[in-house]
Amino acid sequence: MAVSSAAVQPRPSILSRSLSLLADSRNALGFGFMLPAAALLLVFLTYPLGLGIWLGFTDARIGRPGIFIGIENYQYLSDDAVFWLSVFNTLLYTISASILKFALGLWLALILNQNLPFKSFFRAIVLLPWVVPTVLSAIAFWWIYDSQFSILSWALMEMGLIDHRINFLGDPENARASVIAANVWRGIPFVAITLLAGLQTIPQSLYEAATLDGASRWQLFRFVTLPLLTPIIAITMTFSVLFTFTDFQLIYVLTRGGPVNATHLMATLSFQRGISGGQLGEGAAIAVAMIPFLLAAILFSYFGLQRRKWQQGGGD
Amino acid sequence: MATIKKTKRPELDEGGMGYLQSLPRRVVTVYLPLLVFVIVLLFPFYWMTITAIKPNHEMTDYANFNPFWVVHPTFEHIRYLLFDTSYPGWLLNTIIISTAATFLSLLAAVFAAYAIERLRFSGARQVGLAIFLSYLVPPSILFIPLSVMVFNLGLYDTPFALILTYPTFLVPFCTWLLMGYFRSIPFELEECALIDGASRWQILTKIVLPLSVPGLISAGIFAFTLSWNEFIYALTFIQSSENKTVPVGVLTELVRSDVYEWGALMAGALIGSLPVVVLYSFFVEHYVSSMTGAVKE
Repeated sequence: MAVSSAAVQPRPSILSRSLSLLADSRNALGFGFMLPAAALLLVFLTYPLGLGIWLGFTDARIGRPGIFIGIENYQYLSDDAVFWLSVFNTLLYTISASILKFALGLWLALILNQNLPFKSFFRAIVLLPWVVPTVLSAIAFWWIYDSQFSILSWALMEMGLIDHRINFLGDPENARASVIAANVWRGIPFVAITLLAGLQTIPQSLYEAATLDGASRWQLFRFVTLPLLTPIIAITMTFSVLFTFTDFQLIYVLTRGGPVNATHLMATLSFQRGISGGQLGEGAAIAVAMIPFLLAAILFSYFGLQRRKWQQGGGD
Repeated sequence: MATIKKTKRPELDEGGMGYLQSLPRRVVTVYLPLLVFVIVLLFPFYWMTITAIKPNHEMTDYANFNPFWVVHPTFEHIRYLLFDTSYPGWLLNTIIISTAATFLSLLAAVFAAYAIERLRFSGARQVGLAIFLSYLVPPSILFIPLSVMVFNLGLYDTPFALILTYPTFLVPFCTWLLMGYFRSIPFELEECALIDGASRWQILTKIVLPLSVPGLISAGIFAFTLSWNEFIYALTFIQSSENKTVPVGVLTELVRSDVYEWGALMAGALIGSLPVVVLYSFFVEHYVSSMTGAVKE
């Protein structure tokens, strides 16, 4: 405040003049303005990221700083069947959940883009699964998937579709399908609402022109909607893939990785080994092993976007 | 930005060429799938609510009571939750932590976004990109090293462990959102103010901030919701029951041995969801438009 009031005073002293010079300098001021955010992020994000990579090379345990042991953690993990199972599970979980979220989310977005009565009401309630805390909705799913009193089993049995209760979370295959379903349920709103935003930027005149040219409903979608939506699809799905890949909460609530590690994701395994088991070094190594996958996903979407820009006549 | 675009669109254009469709066709292609989507997306909430007010003998007796309805609604589970458990304390903790983390993040984000977007200091573009990239660093990678740091700093099992670590995902997000908002404020306003002798500080507090109140509100709601929903840090950094947040408390303290108190669990989940849902429903228009605005950048 002192700096700013000095700037408008009629006869500034040397000190206040140099201060006002400082306040006018974009770089000095920019540095000052960036300081709070930069300090928070450097201390609590960049530094831990480096620390995590370092911990992956040590045998640190809870309450005992580790010593450097090179790539021993990674060597151990490469022989660990549970680790590779968790990698497989994570990929399966991410890929199938993302595909379902994309398909269903796009479908919902196309529906919501229609001229509907109570349009804003529908848009609002559709977002609900995304707004409530994941852990709390996962607890509801836990109850829905209960082995004895599952409402789904009951309803299907009443309809005569199945003759015995489904063991949703106790059987490896069922457990995988169940956690993926819960993840898709939570992820659809985000995909749908962001794609809806993208749909609304497409001018109606393009559809009218294409219709006059005799395009069918499918062609309208394939040659007008989809190309114009691609950039936003790329962004949305990158985020969706990243958050699904690093998911922790849902699994931790529903199965804690079981049965027989069938639903262990890399994040939950990292927590189990690092925090519950106290092997910080090994847990950190598992977390670091996620980074190449994340980078691959980001680069994939980045180059996907670039190509699209070029196709649309943007700069290189 | 998004809001401007939306309001400029003529109402008549909204439906596009929907009028070309016949009613039966619309029922099959639009209303029926929408109905299924809405039912599936809302069913867990309905199930949560109905379980929370169902007496125990009805809850597991599917033969005599239709599980989709409740015959003798009871507030026993909610009473138990509020008076016989530490739930109110968790609620208070969550409110304090979320509010503090949101305030801290907004403060840092406003300055950072203004500096990147309007001061255009050298390297502003790179800093903006770095902030965006830092949003892509997931908590699942950071929680182990952060737990070591939190322990060494003596913050373990205190609310400050969460208040200081939540900004790692809130600041990038809020900065990114506010950058979009600041961009939509005309440059000319700031130039006029500069000519009239206003300092950068005055421009920020008297011109830019009042104009970006909607952006600040939505960034605040986003940040509050995200900190309210956060789980992995709260699970790792907090140990004692009285310091827990709602998601962690409900999961770790209400689930005891093998007898699940489903009624109390569902009541806990429901009450824990209500604040964010209420907050969100008040500002749903901001929410959707700012989300779409942030994506359109």
